Amino acid sequence: MITLDDVHKSFGSNDVLRGVNLHVAKGTSMVIIGGSGTGKSVAIKSILGLVTPDSGTITVDGTDVTKADRDAFLARFGMLFQGGALFDSLPVWQNVSFRLLRGSLAKPKEEARAIAVEKLRRVGLTADVADRLPAELSGGMQKRVGLARAIAADPEIIFFDEPTTGLDPIMAGVINDLIREIVTEMGATTMTITHDMSSVRTIADHVAMLHAGKIRWTGPVAEMDSAGDPYVDQFIHGRAEGPIEAVR
Amino acid sequence: MSVLAALGRVILGLFAAIGRVSIFGAQTLSHMLRPPFYPREFALALLNIGWLSLPVVGLTAIFTGGALALQIYAGGARFNAEAVVPQIVAIGMVRELGPVLVGLMIAARVTSSIAAEIATMKVTEQIDALVTLSTHPMKYLTAPRVLAATLVVPLLVAVGDVIGIFGGYAVATGTLGFNAAAYIQNTVDFLQLRDITSSLAKGAVFGCIAALMGCYFGMNTGRGAQGVGRATKGSVEAAAVLILAANFVLTGVFFSL
Repeated sequence: MITLDDVHKSFGSNDVLRGVNLHVAKGTSMVIIGGSGTGKSVAIKSILGLVTPDSGTITVDGTDVTKADRDAFLARFGMLFQGGALFDSLPVWQNVSFRLLRGSLAKPKEEARAIAVEKLRRVGLTADVADRLPAELSGGMQKRVGLARAIAADPEIIFFDEPTTGLDPIMAGVINDLIREIVTEMGATTMTITHDMSSVRTIADHVAMLHAGKIRWTGPVAEMDSAGDPYVDQFIHGRAEGPIEAVR
Repeated sequence: MSVLAALGRVILGLFAAIGRVSIFGAQTLSHMLRPPFYPREFALALLNIGWLSLPVVGLTAIFTGGALALQIYAGGARFNAEAVVPQIVAIGMVRELGPVLVGLMIAARVTSSIAAEIATMKVTEQIDALVTLSTHPMKYLTAPRVLAATLVVPLLVAVGDVIGIFGGYAVATGTLGFNAAAYIQNTVDFLQLRDITSSLAKGAVFGCIAALMGCYFGMNTGRGAQGVGRATKGSVEAAAVLILAANFVLTGVFFSL
């Protein structure tokens, strides 16, 4: 469904992506792992058009993302950002139903609010949260609101950028389980960026490791522990010693 | 040679910046004219830029008008021209001080606020989130603010002009011994339509500059808190300088040609 073919991206002299090749099949959950600064976020943002690759092609269902109708293309996606990226000036329900209040997917206000409350309930938040401002919520609640926003328009493809970063282990577990449940029941195609190996094991169908701007290894999550790749082995066991330099 | 090279780099950088701002301005205009439109954002911008700026505009204008009356009276006394206070206060406020001071106050209050808000949205990925939610950031954030400022700052300038003239009137009639009815009559008789239209036109241009600079620096912020700080500072500096430069040009257009 999503294919990256020899994608390159540099920022000044920093070559972040150096020929990324990756395929994500429809209805599967792909988790991209890799050290900080290896280009995981850049890869996902390239698919969404938030970053323009220097070369290479990215296709979704065979259509080059640079040639697709922008609104129709983005309407297929939902994204949970690392920090939530909730709009400070809007109450929670308007954040969740942002897409449903504007543009081609616009619905009447009452209907949009009802959908927002339902999506909030789906991520374990009660209706009284709907009228609060994001600043009044804890980090875990903000992540859940971000998750509710990502699924509000029932997208076909959902991206999760570090969904458990900054959360305590219990809340991280809650978010991981929520993502797995939602992905399974919606049948969506998902890509997740994470360093959190418990997230990987909960969320992933397939895993890809990005290192030095290239996909180092990719395969089913069940084969990750026996991948036989020293880079993957060092990363998933969190060892300081190994081919990946600890000081970068 | 190195001095020339450095000078060349500065000049090239200046022209590049002018080019980037010009393209940003053209894009903003383009988004103002094409749907979808965001009336709620526009209304909020009108409220924030217009209504909520009234106190600072009013206070600035009334003190400036009062001080102007005192200065003109003291200066005019040197050659027995104290009687021109109403005329000079009116022309000074309407042609120059009203629009310029309102413009600078808007740069301080609104440009900084817009730049800080948009820059914070940028570094917290809210701008990226807008894109993923099929909403163009310039259409949603920039176009409503620039349009609102362009429309509402002339009204603020008009209010500032009136309050400034009233400040001069209050000082002149309260402490300098002017007759109230004669002061008002002299003010009304002396002002021309061209003075008022130039004042309002300057307000529109200054409002556009103030909002555009806030949006431009916010959208092009660097990373982190330092980036937001630099964007905010840069936006106010650029807006203030451009407002004063535009004032010089517009004064030439209205009164010298």
